[in-house]
Parts: sequence; C-alpha cells; structure tokens
Amino acid sequence: MTQDRPTAAELVRAVREFLEGDVMAATEGRVQFHTRVAVNALGMIERELTVGPGLVAAERERAAAILGPDISGHEDDARELEIALAAAIRNGSLDDRLDAVRDHVRATVREKLLVANPGYLPPDPSA
Amino acid sequence: MSGAPDPEALARVVAATVGDGSVVDLRRLSGGASRETWSFDFVDAGGARRGFVLRRDPGEHVGDSDRSTEYQLIRVAAAAGVAVPRVLALLRPEDGLGRGFVMDRIEGETIPRRILRDDAYAEARPRLAAQCGEIAARIHAIAPSSLPALPGLDAAAQIDQYRTLIDTFGEPHPAFELGLRWLAERVPPPPARPELVHGDFRNGNFIVGPDGIRAVLDWELAHVGDPIEDLGWLCVKSWRFGVADRLVGGFGSVPELLAAYEGAGGRTVDEATLRFWVGLGTLKWGVICIGQAFTHLNGLVRSVELATLGRRVAETEWDLLQILDGGW
Repeated sequence: MTQDRPTAAELVRAVREFLEGDVMAATEGRVQFHTRVAVNALGMIERELTVGPGLVAAERERAAAILGPDISGHEDDARELEIALAAAIRNGSLDDRLDAVRDHVRATVREKLLVANPGYLPPDPSA
Repeated sequence: MSGAPDPEALARVVAATVGDGSVVDLRRLSGGASRETWSFDFVDAGGARRGFVLRRDPGEHVGDSDRSTEYQLIRVAAAAGVAVPRVLALLRPEDGLGRGFVMDRIEGETIPRRILRDDAYAEARPRLAAQCGEIAARIHAIAPSSLPALPGLDAAAQIDQYRTLIDTFGEPHPAFELGLRWLAERVPPPPARPELVHGDFRNGNFIVGPDGIRAVLDWELAHVGDPIEDLGWLCVKSWRFGVADRLVGGFGSVPELLAAYEGAGGRTVDEATLRFWVGLGTLKWGVICIGQAFTHLNGLVRSVELATLGRRVAETEWDLLQILDGGW
C-alpha cells in the first residue's frame, strides 16, 4: 500500500524541524542537549531513508566480489555479508587480498558516515 | 539512588570536616552518563561559602565500580603533586547518600568545545599539551606500592578484552577486525615495571582556567599497565573535538607533549609506540560506543544520547583505518 504524502522522510523532517525550532527555543540544559541529539538522530533517519538503499546495494555488490566463493547463501543480505567478512578477516582466509578488503571496508565505513554524519568525511576529491 | 541527594544529609557529611553549616544551590552538573555529579555550596555559621562537588554512583549499581578506590587514588595523586580536586569525605552507608565522595569544586571549564574555542582560554591553549605531558609524567611516577588495589591491564590483555566485547555485541565491524589484526602484530614490549595509568586522560576530563589545567578528573578507569596508553588516549581523534590537526586534545602537538613528558621524567616515546596506543584507544572508544548503544537497546538505560552513540561507531572505524594507513 502506498501511503499518502508526506513520505516517511518528509514526516521525519517535519518532526526534526519542530524540535530544531520550537523545542530548542523552549528548553535549556540537559533537555536542550538531548533535543539536539534527537535532531541529529532524525537527520540520520532522513538520510538513511533517502540514500540508504543505494548504499546498501553498492556494499553488497563489493562484498560479494571480494568474498567470492567463500559466501554461501547470503549474497542478498548486506549484514550477513559483513558478518562473513569480519570472520574472514579474523581467521586470515582473506590475507591473500587484504588490500582489496581494506579498500572495501574503507568504502563501507564511508557509506555509513554518509548516513550517520556526512560532515565527518573529508571532501570527496571525485565530487 | 534516585532523585537529588538530601541536602541535610549532605550538610552533615561536610560539617564533619569543616564545621556546622548548610547546603545551598544544589544542582546536577551535565555530563557524566555513568556517574552522577552534583555541585553545591556550603555556607558555614559565619556566612562564608565554599563550593563542593558530590560524585556518586547513579541508580541501581551496575558493574563493580568502587568509589572508595577512586577516592583513595585522588588522595595519592594529590600527595604526588598531581593537580586534582581535594577530596573531603568518602560517603559511608549511614550517610544515606549512596556510594560516592565529596570533593572541592574547582572553578574552570571542562567542556572541550569551549576550551578549544572560547577567548577566555586563548592564552592557555598553547600551553595545554606541555602541561598534559608534565602531569602525565607525574602520574606515571607514582610508586605502585602507594596505590590502592587496581586492576592490571596491559596492551595484550586489552586487545583480548575488546575482541571479546565485540563478539558479545554480535555486531559485525570489519574495520575493527582489521584493527585488531594490526594491533596484535604491533604490541609494544610491556614496561619493565607496570605503572599507574589514569585510564581516561583526555580533553573533557581536565578543569581548565585561563591559566591552564587546574585539575585532572575521572579516575575511575585507573589501572596499572603501560603508561603510554594515557598519551595515546589523549591523542585519539574523538578527543580533539573537531580540531583534528592539533593531535593532542585539539589544542597541541605531539612533539610538545612528548618533550614535556620526557622533561618531567617520563620515558622516551617513539612514533610507532604512540601510533599503537592511539590505534588501541580509537578501537576502545569504538567498542565503548557500541556498548553504550546496547545499554540503551537492552533496556538498561533508555536514552536517545546512548542510542545515537551506536551510529558514531563509524567515526571511530574511519579514524582507525586512517591510523592503519599511516595517518593520525
């Protein structure tokens, strides 16, 4: 079923703007601090709803390429792939392609930051 | 303990040391998710006011934290010339105030972003890295025989500890696995004689005035081990609070820190050793962030602040990968 507008991202944004405006202005101290934290959390949700799906697909594709035949049955689940990757790094079975693994892990962390805190990343030289 | 401490009970604790008086302006200080910190003034019979801080365990006791160890440690540190608040009294069960202690309130700033940005500290900032080096050397020179019983925690034990914790959470973090491998290959030789490690020596745990560092706080993570851990932790990027190019706490440089450390009797630290400890510290903060998120997710303490820390883990993964790649 398609929901009416606002979309989930638009609804989250509306709540975020309310907190950022009215609630921040009406609070102080700990409550204001937690309001700022909540505003940041809603920003994460907005970004996850909008750019998240594309990032997950890219991650899945890269991880499957590195893990190759080592993966069995969880090609469709990015989380399962990350679990397999973490285990393979630990047990040394990817030591013959550690450079590729590091590149992938760096790219994945970058994608997480694009949702969690894009401001943390250095400017993208390719952008 | 829940709610504010009873001012009359608090007044009795202080009066036992400084004479009769009353507690006024009792308020909870922000910060310190794991400890309650309360500020109050004590007005004596002659009307003179003095500022104090009560530090105590919140809510139901979680883990085996021990305020009396921290209290004793601060006394030992003070005797060794380390800048710390003077501790006044350790709470006893009959005080009815929970577990904790009362110490002098030292005026100054602890909020890192203010220390790094406010004009009031402009003259202090260039001196802070060297002060950290001097203070760290003094802490590390404290004779282990004078210390209360503290856990021993060297580099190898910490790597094992964080690997185990990561497994407990069950969240995959390939960057941390790369980091654990990198660290395990680079464990520095343990010091000939384990020394006191403050354990949380960083921007945020210093009271800073326009004259510089006035006191070192938060001794609850102290242990014996490799003292260079303190210097590495001080340089972890999360503790630079946005001033990433000043490696030491966002206020100074590594050469300033190490020169002052050596000058005050600390040992010579090479770059590879410091890099190891910055890497381990970065991993540690990442694991703590996961743990804080699970403190919320498991329902132990529901908090939007703790919840969002789970999403800050990626920052520490990013930082750790930078260190593995030769950056800071």
